[in-house]
Amino acid sequence: MSPNKNGNISTTTDLRDSSDETAKNSVLTASASQSVDVSANVSCESAPVTPDFSKFAPSDSLLKRREWKSRIMAGIITAAFVIAMIPLVSVLWTTIARGVKRLNLNFLAYNMSGVIGGMPTPSGGHGGIEHAIIGTLEVTLGAMVISVPIGLMCAIYLVEYARGSKIAKAISLLVNVMSGIPSIVAGLFAFSLFTILLGPGVSNGFEGSVALSILMIPTVVNSSVEMLHVVPDDLREASYALGVTKSRTIIKVVLRTALPGIISGVVLAIARVIGETAPLLMTAGFIVTTNWNLFSGQMTTLPVFVYQEYSKMSVTCPPSAGSECVSSIPSERAWAAALVLIAIVLVLNLIGRLIQRLFSVEAK
Amino acid sequence: MGQRIDVEHLNVYYGDFLAVQDVNLNIQANKVTAFIGPSGCGKSTVLRTLDRMHEITPGARVEGKVLLDGHDLYGKDVDPVAVRRDVGMVFQKANPFPTMSIRENVLAGIRLNNRHISKSDADELVEWALRGANLWNEVKDRLDKPGVGLSGGQQQRLCIARAVAVHPQVLLMDEPCSALDPISTLAVEDLINELKRDYTIVIVTHNMQQAARVADYTAFFNLKAVGKPGHLEYFADTTTMFNNPQNEEAERYISGRFG
Amino acid sequence: MTDASEYDRAEKDMGVTVDTRNADAKNEPDAHSHDGIFHMAALFCGALILVALGAVVLFLLLRAWPIFAGPRSQTEAVFTSLSGGKAHGFLQYVGPLIFGTVVIAALALVIAFFVAVGVALFINFYAPRRVGTVLNYVVDLLAAIPSVIYGLWGALILVPAMYPFWNWVSMHLGWIPMFAGPAANPPRTVASAAVILAIMIMPIITSMARDILAQTPRLNQEAALALGATKWEMIRLTALPFAKSGMVSASMLALGRALGETMAVMMVLSPGMTYSWHWLQASKSQTIAANIAAQYPEADSLGVSALIATGLVLFVITFVVNLIARRITKKGGAR
Repeated sequence: MSPNKNGNISTTTDLRDSSDETAKNSVLTASASQSVDVSANVSCESAPVTPDFSKFAPSDSLLKRREWKSRIMAGIITAAFVIAMIPLVSVLWTTIARGVKRLNLNFLAYNMSGVIGGMPTPSGGHGGIEHAIIGTLEVTLGAMVISVPIGLMCAIYLVEYARGSKIAKAISLLVNVMSGIPSIVAGLFAFSLFTILLGPGVSNGFEGSVALSILMIPTVVNSSVEMLHVVPDDLREASYALGVTKSRTIIKVVLRTALPGIISGVVLAIARVIGETAPLLMTAGFIVTTNWNLFSGQMTTLPVFVYQEYSKMSVTCPPSAGSECVSSIPSERAWAAALVLIAIVLVLNLIGRLIQRLFSVEAK
Repeated sequence: MGQRIDVEHLNVYYGDFLAVQDVNLNIQANKVTAFIGPSGCGKSTVLRTLDRMHEITPGARVEGKVLLDGHDLYGKDVDPVAVRRDVGMVFQKANPFPTMSIRENVLAGIRLNNRHISKSDADELVEWALRGANLWNEVKDRLDKPGVGLSGGQQQRLCIARAVAVHPQVLLMDEPCSALDPISTLAVEDLINELKRDYTIVIVTHNMQQAARVADYTAFFNLKAVGKPGHLEYFADTTTMFNNPQNEEAERYISGRFG
Repeated sequence: MTDASEYDRAEKDMGVTVDTRNADAKNEPDAHSHDGIFHMAALFCGALILVALGAVVLFLLLRAWPIFAGPRSQTEAVFTSLSGGKAHGFLQYVGPLIFGTVVIAALALVIAFFVAVGVALFINFYAPRRVGTVLNYVVDLLAAIPSVIYGLWGALILVPAMYPFWNWVSMHLGWIPMFAGPAANPPRTVASAAVILAIMIMPIITSMARDILAQTPRLNQEAALALGATKWEMIRLTALPFAKSGMVSASMLALGRALGETMAVMMVLSPGMTYSWHWLQASKSQTIAANIAAQYPEADSLGVSALIATGLVLFVITFVVNLIARRITKKGGAR
C-alpha cells in the first residue's frame, strides 16, 4: 500500500457518496477498518486492498452496446454465410439446369467426329463426350498408377523408416513445396520433359498423366502419412514382438489397418486432379475423335472439352438450315459436359468420405 | 458481499430427458454450500443452472425458479450474460486463456466491461485478485508470462483470481480440486475459507472429506436408478450431515456403503 | 489386458500363427533380404520426390533457356509479338503480369477471407449442430468443384449479372481511383476476376478455418461465458486468438491457389498488359497463369520458352507464399 494512496482514503468516501460513476481517479474504497480486518484474516500475505469496483463497473449504455454488438456480429456472420451460399448454390443450380438439356445417352455414347456446325449428326444427336470420358479415365488412371505407389511408399518411408529424422523433415518440406506447385506449372513441366526428351511436338495422354501426377503425389503422401500416423504404435510393437520382420509388419499390420483411410485419401486426390484443365490443355491436347491409346496421339479430357466448347461459344447456322440447326449448341454441350464432370467429382468425393466415415466408425 | 440463492421447484431437462427433478434449496449468503452425491445425480447440472451455464448445452432447459437475492434468474427480461456477471464460476479443470498472459487472464472479465482502465487501476486489481487467490507471491515477477505456463494448482488459482476479479456476488465451483495434487488442493481449500467472507460459495465435490472441511451446509443429491432423474435427497448443515444425518440414504452414502 | 488384446489383434490382422512364425524363422536370410528390398524401395520413393522436384525446376529452366540465350533480335521480336508491342524484354514483359497476378489474387483473398471466416464461425457457433454437419459436407464438396466449371459459370452467369453492381460502384465511388469508371460492359475486369477467384478459394479457407475453430477448447469458451461475456465476446476472447495463426496460414495457402489459378481467370478476364489500378475497366491486367494458357497454343518454340520463363516466376512466387504459410503454421503449432 503506497503512502499517497493512504492519504486518499478520507476523500474516497466523499467521492463514492457523491457519485459512483464519476469516481474515475485513482481512489480506494476500502475503509480503514476493512483493511485492518483483511490483514488480520489473511495469514501469510500482506493485506490486499480491495479495489473500487464501481470504477470497473459497466455503465448501462455499455452493457447495451455490448449486447447490440453481439447481435450485430451474429447478423454479419449470418449474412456472410448467406452471401457465400448464393454463388455456390448458383454454380450447382445453373450447371444442373443447363446441363440436363443436352445430357442424354447419345451425348454420352458419341464423340465429336462428324459434327458440322449446329447440324445434327446421323445418329440424331449433336455430338458428345464419349472420347472425353475415355480420355479423362485413361489420363487419370495413368496419373494414379504413377502417383499411388510413389506417394504411398514415400509416406511409408517417412513414417515407418525415417520418422523424425532429418531426411524425413527434408522430404516433408519438399512434399509441401510440391503441393504448392500451380497446376499450369506442372503442365509446363510435363510439356518440357516430353519435348526435350522425345522431340518437339510430342503430345499424348501419358504426358497429361505425368503432369497430373506432379499434382497428385503430394496429396497422396500427405493423406497417407496422416493415416499411417493414426495406426497405434502398440500394434507395430506387438507384431515385432512376434518376430515378424519389419517389411511384413508394415504390409500386413500397418497398411492393412490404415488401408481404408489411404484409399479414401487416394479417391479424394483423384477427385482433385480429375477436374484439372490447364495442364492437360498443353499436354494431352484436344481432338474430336476417340483415342484409346494413352501413349500415342492427342487425347481429349472432359475439362478440356468444357473449355473448348466454351471458347467456340456459338456456331452460325446458314439460313437454309432450318430449325434443326442449333446455333448455341457449343455452350449447351459445355454445360452438359460440366454437369457430367461435376457428377463424377461429387460422386468420387462422396465415396472418399464414405470410406473415411466407415473407417472412423471401425476405429471406435 | 455475497447474496443468497433460493431454488424453487427446479426441473432440468436435456431435450425430453428429465435430468433433475424438483429441487428446493436455500443457499445462505456468505456461506459455503457443498453439493455431494453419486455420479450422475445432477449436482453439476444444478450448479450450472445457478448461472445459466447449462444453456450452452443444446437442448438443455429448466423449469422452476432460481432467485438471486429475490430476483428470478429465469425471469422474462433477464439476460444470461448479466446473470453470469453476478455469478462467477470455476471449473473442474483449470482453463486459463492460452493466448493471454497471467495479467491479461485476470483482467479478461473486467476488460469486457470497461475498455478504458488506467494502468494503475489495472495493476491494483491484478494484485488484489491474485493476492485473494493466494497466487501473488508466486507469480508477481512473471505477470506477463502466459497463464498456461503455470503448474496445475497455480492455474486453478489463476482461474479463481480471474473469477473474483469481476467481483461477482456468488462463486460457483465445479469440482475445483479434482485435477489437483493434495498440496494444491489444500491451498484452494484455504482460499475457499477466506473467500466466503466476500462471496456466497457453492462447491460441487466428490470428496466428502473436502465437503466436511470447507462447507457450512451440505446438499446431498441422489438418484433412484440409472436413467431416472436426480433429486435433492437431503440438505443440512455440514455438522449434522456428517455426524448425525436424519436421512437414511445420506447416511449410507456418507458412511461409504454406496456411491 | 489391453496389451494382450492388441497382440491378438495383431495376430489376427497378420493371419500369423505360431506356425508361420517358425516358417519365418526358417527363412530368416530370405525374410531379411525382403526387408532390405522393401526399405530400399521406400527410400527410393522418398528420394523420388526430391528428383521430381529437381526435374521440374531443371526441365523448366532447360526449356526456358533459349529465350535468355538466344540472339537479342529474335527474343525481342518474341516479346514484342507476345505483348502486342508493349514489351521488348523479359522484365518488361513479366512485370505487368506479376502485377496483375498479385493484385487479382490479393483482391480475391481479401474478399474471400472475411466471408470464409464468417462462414466458419457460422458453422461452428451459430448454426444448429445438425445443420453444421451438413454444411461441413457442402463446403467440402464446393472445394472440389473443378475450376473450369467456376470459369464457365463465371463467364456466362456471374459476369453479365455483375454489371449493374459494378456500374453502380463506378458511379458512386468513382472518385476512388480503383473504381474509376466507366465500368466495362461486359465487366471482364480485374474486379470480376477477383470475385470469381474469391468464390473459388472461399471453401478452402472455410474448411481449414472451421477445422481449427472447432478445436477451440470448450473449457475456454465456458470460462469466457462464465465471466459474463456475450457470444461475440466469447468468440473474440477464445476462438479467434486460438485460430488466428491457423486462419492466416489457411489464407496463405489459399492465396497460393489463387496465384496459380488459370482457367477461371482466362475465361473471365479480358487481358491487358498495364500497371493500371482501374479495377472496373477491361483489358487492364492479366495473370501469369492465364497468360500462359492463352498464349501457349499460338506461340512458336521461342515463344513457349518465354512463357515457361514466366511460369518459373510464378513458381517462385507461389513457393514463397507457401513457405510463409508453413512458417506460420509451425509457429502456431509450437504453442
